[in-house]
Amino acid sequence: MSEFEPKITAFVCNWCTYAGADLTGTSRIKYATNVRAIRLPCTGRIDFMLVLKAFAQGADGVIISGCHPGDCHYTAGNYHARRRWVLFRSLLGFVGVDTRRIKFAWVSAAEGAKWADLVNETVAEIRQLGPFKQYQELLALRHQPIEVA
Amino acid sequence: MSRIGVFVCHCGENIGATVDCAAVAKSCGDLPGVVVSTDYKYMCSDPGQNMIKEAIRDQKLTGVVVAACSPRMHEPTFRRACAEAGLNPFLCEMANLREHCSWVHERTPETTDKAIDLVRVMAEKVRRNRPLYPIKVPVTKTALVLGGGIAGIQAALDIANAGHKVVMVEREPSIGGHMAQLSETFPTLDCSQCILTPRMVEAARHPNITLYTYSELESVEGFIGNFKVRIRKKARSVDEKLCTGCGLCTQKCPNKRIPCEFNAQLGLRSAIYVPFPQAVPNKPVIDRERCTFFLKGKCKVCEKVCPTKAIRYDQQDEIVEHDIGAIVAATGYEVKGTDFFPEYGYGKYKDVITGLQFERLASASGPTQGVMKRPSDGKTPETVVFIACAGSRDPAKGIDYCSKICCMYTAKHAMLYKHKVHSGKAYVFYMDIRAGGKMYEEFVRRAIEEDGVKYVRGRVARIYEEDGQLIVKGADTLLGGEPLEIKADMVVLASAMVASPGAEQLAQTLKVSYDPYYFLSEAHPKLKPVETNTAGIMVAGACQAPKDIPESVAQASAAAAKVAGLFSQSELSREPIIAVVNRSAPPLFSTCVGCFLCESACPYKAIEREEIRGRDGQLIKTVAKINAGVCQGCGTCVALCRSKSIDLQGYTNDQVFAEVMAL
Repeated sequence: MSEFEPKITAFVCNWCTYAGADLTGTSRIKYATNVRAIRLPCTGRIDFMLVLKAFAQGADGVIISGCHPGDCHYTAGNYHARRRWVLFRSLLGFVGVDTRRIKFAWVSAAEGAKWADLVNETVAEIRQLGPFKQYQELLALRHQPIEVA
Repeated sequence: MSRIGVFVCHCGENIGATVDCAAVAKSCGDLPGVVVSTDYKYMCSDPGQNMIKEAIRDQKLTGVVVAACSPRMHEPTFRRACAEAGLNPFLCEMANLREHCSWVHERTPETTDKAIDLVRVMAEKVRRNRPLYPIKVPVTKTALVLGGGIAGIQAALDIANAGHKVVMVEREPSIGGHMAQLSETFPTLDCSQCILTPRMVEAARHPNITLYTYSELESVEGFIGNFKVRIRKKARSVDEKLCTGCGLCTQKCPNKRIPCEFNAQLGLRSAIYVPFPQAVPNKPVIDRERCTFFLKGKCKVCEKVCPTKAIRYDQQDEIVEHDIGAIVAATGYEVKGTDFFPEYGYGKYKDVITGLQFERLASASGPTQGVMKRPSDGKTPETVVFIACAGSRDPAKGIDYCSKICCMYTAKHAMLYKHKVHSGKAYVFYMDIRAGGKMYEEFVRRAIEEDGVKYVRGRVARIYEEDGQLIVKGADTLLGGEPLEIKADMVVLASAMVASPGAEQLAQTLKVSYDPYYFLSEAHPKLKPVETNTAGIMVAGACQAPKDIPESVAQASAAAAKVAGLFSQSELSREPIIAVVNRSAPPLFSTCVGCFLCESACPYKAIEREEIRGRDGQLIKTVAKINAGVCQGCGTCVALCRSKSIDLQGYTNDQVFAEVMAL
C-alpha cells in the first residue's frame, strides 16, 4: 500500500451517532474503512483518558460524536461532553498535539449521510497530516530512565 | 479463565458478500479466551440460536460475542437465547459487522480486517463483563391525564374503565376543550355538544377518575411507574363543596363586559363565571384580574347573593401531590387569531373572524343562539368568503405544515351558512382540497354540488373595508390567475392550528421532545405513534400534531391501551445499565472522597448522600450513593469522578479501556 492509511477510533453515543451510523449502513452509503466505532451510552460517559489511550494504541485520529445540543437522550450528557471537550482541546493544544486530529461532531440518528461525510473528511484530513508519530515518540520517552543532572 | 464463543453471521449475503466471514471466525479463534469461533449463514434463525445455546452448554462458555447486525437490532434476541441456555444475558455482546462494516464498505481485505477488529474489541469487552440482573421497579397504577378535551376525556375514561385510577388535570375551569365550542361536526353534521357533554359528565362522575379543573401541572419527578407529580389547583375563589352551581352570582355580578373565552371573544361574560352552561364541573370561578373586588377592593356582590356562602376571596392556590405510574399528555391546540394576518386586516376588521369564532356564531348555544349575524352590526351576511390555509402551508408565516382539519371544517362552515341563510352566497378560496377520510370527499362534494358553495382555487392577497363591506382581492388560478374581487359581508379564516400556549414549557417539565412548532414528538413516527421518548409518557390528540376528532379519539384510546398494558404488570424490569459507587470492607469502605461533582452533573438527581459510620456510630465520611431506580445510566458521573469511584455497569472503565486497548 503506497498511501498512508490512518487509523481512526470513534467514540459515539448509543442513541444518536451509533444509530446514525446504523442508518448509514441501512442506506448503503459507503465510507472509508479506517474507522472503528466504540459504543458508549452517552458522550457524557467519555472520559478523555480514553482518547489518550486511543492515541497510545496508535490511533492517528479520534472522532467523538453524540446527539445534537438539546437532543441528548439523557438530557444533558452532550453538554458535559462539550464542556470537557473545550478544556481538553486547549490542553492538547498546549502540550503540542495538533487538535485537528480530534474531531468533535453532532450526528443524529437521522443523519446517516453526515456520518459517512464525517468519517471521509476526517480520514482525508488525517491522511494529509500523516501518521501521529510524535505521540509514539513521547511514549517511547516514558520508558527511558530520567537523567538527573 | 474466560471461555468465550464467537459466532459470526453471514446474514445471508448481507455480511457474507463483503466480509470473509470464515476468515473472521478463523482469525478470532486465536484471540485470548476464545474457545469456540464459528460462522453460520443466519445466526438469528432458530438453528443459529441453537448453535449458540449448544456451545454455551457443551463448551461451558462464560461469554458470547455475536458478530452480526447492529445490537440495536438483535441484541435482545441473542441475549434471550443466552439466557435460555443458562448464561447471564449481559455476558453476551454484539459486534456490528453489518451496519458498521459490510453495508458501508466494498469487498476488500481491509473490510475483513475491520470486521476482525470489531470482533476483537467485543471479545476483550466480554472477557470483562460481569453477570448483571434486571432491576425490578414497582408500578403505581394511577395515570395522570393532562388536558380535559376530547382526547384527554377519552384516554381517562378508557384507563378508568380498565380498572385503574386516573388523575385528570385541566387548565380551564371546565373540561370539554375545543370540542365543546364546536357547533356541528363533519362529516355527519351532528351536534358536537350532544356527543361530548355526556362524556364530560361520565368522566367527572367516574369513581376511578379524580378531576382537577382550573389546575396546572407544577412539576414531575421520577420515572416510568414511579412519577411524583405536583399539581397547582389555582384559587377558584369559590368553595367547590358548598357551591351548588345555582348561577345567582354570575347573574348578579356587575362586571359583565369581559370578552368570553368560550365564545372566542364574540360574546361577553361576567367576572365570576362558568365558561359555558354545560360546564363540568358546573362551579364558577372568579377571574381575579377583572373582578372589581380584587381590583378595587369593593363590590362583594357575589358573596352577598350566594345562598350557600361559598365565595372565598381569600382562597389560595393549593399544591396537591400524586404518585403516578404513567402520564398521557393531551393538551390540545390553539388556532391563530385574526391579528396574525396583516394582509387580512391585523384583526381590526370585526367581520373577519376565525373558524373557531364561526363555530360559536353557528352554535345554538353561541352569542347569537345560532342565528347568522355578523359581529360588527348584527346584519345577516349575504356574502361570506371562507379562506382555507390561512397561515398553514405558508413558510413566510413560519407554519410550513398543513393544519389538516381546515378543508373539512371550511366545507362544513360553508354548508352550515347555506343552511341558515338560503339566499346567501358562499365562496371558498383554497389551495388544494385535502379530504382524506371516511365520507370526507363526499362531504366536500355535497357542499359544492348540493349546497352550491363556490370553490375558487387561489389565495386571497388582501382584504380591506369599504362602505361597510369587506373587499376580498384574490386570484382564480384555474382561470389563469385572473384577479378576482368579491364584496363580502363577512370573511372566515381557516387559521392555522398551532400548539397550545405553554406547550414548550410542558414538554420541558415532562422531559419529552418537541418539534420546531412545539408539537410533542412521538417516539417513532410509524411504530410508536403514542409513546414519547420518555418511558411512561404518552401523547394523544392535537398536542402531537393537528388532527380531527376521530383521530384524536383513536390516539387517546391507543395511549390508554399503552397505559393499561403498563399497569397490567405489578413490577417493571429495567436494564441494569446503571452507575454504582464502589464499596468495600472496612476500613476503606469506599474510595469516594465525597466531592459530589457527580451530584451536580447528574441530570436525574440520582446521586444521594450516604453516611458511613463506624461501629461506635461515629461518622467516618459521607459518600455518594446511586439511587438505582432513578439512574438512567448515561455515565456522565463516571467520566467526571475524580477518584474513579463510580463505574457504569455494562460500560465499566475496565471494559471500555479494554476495548480501546484492543484496537
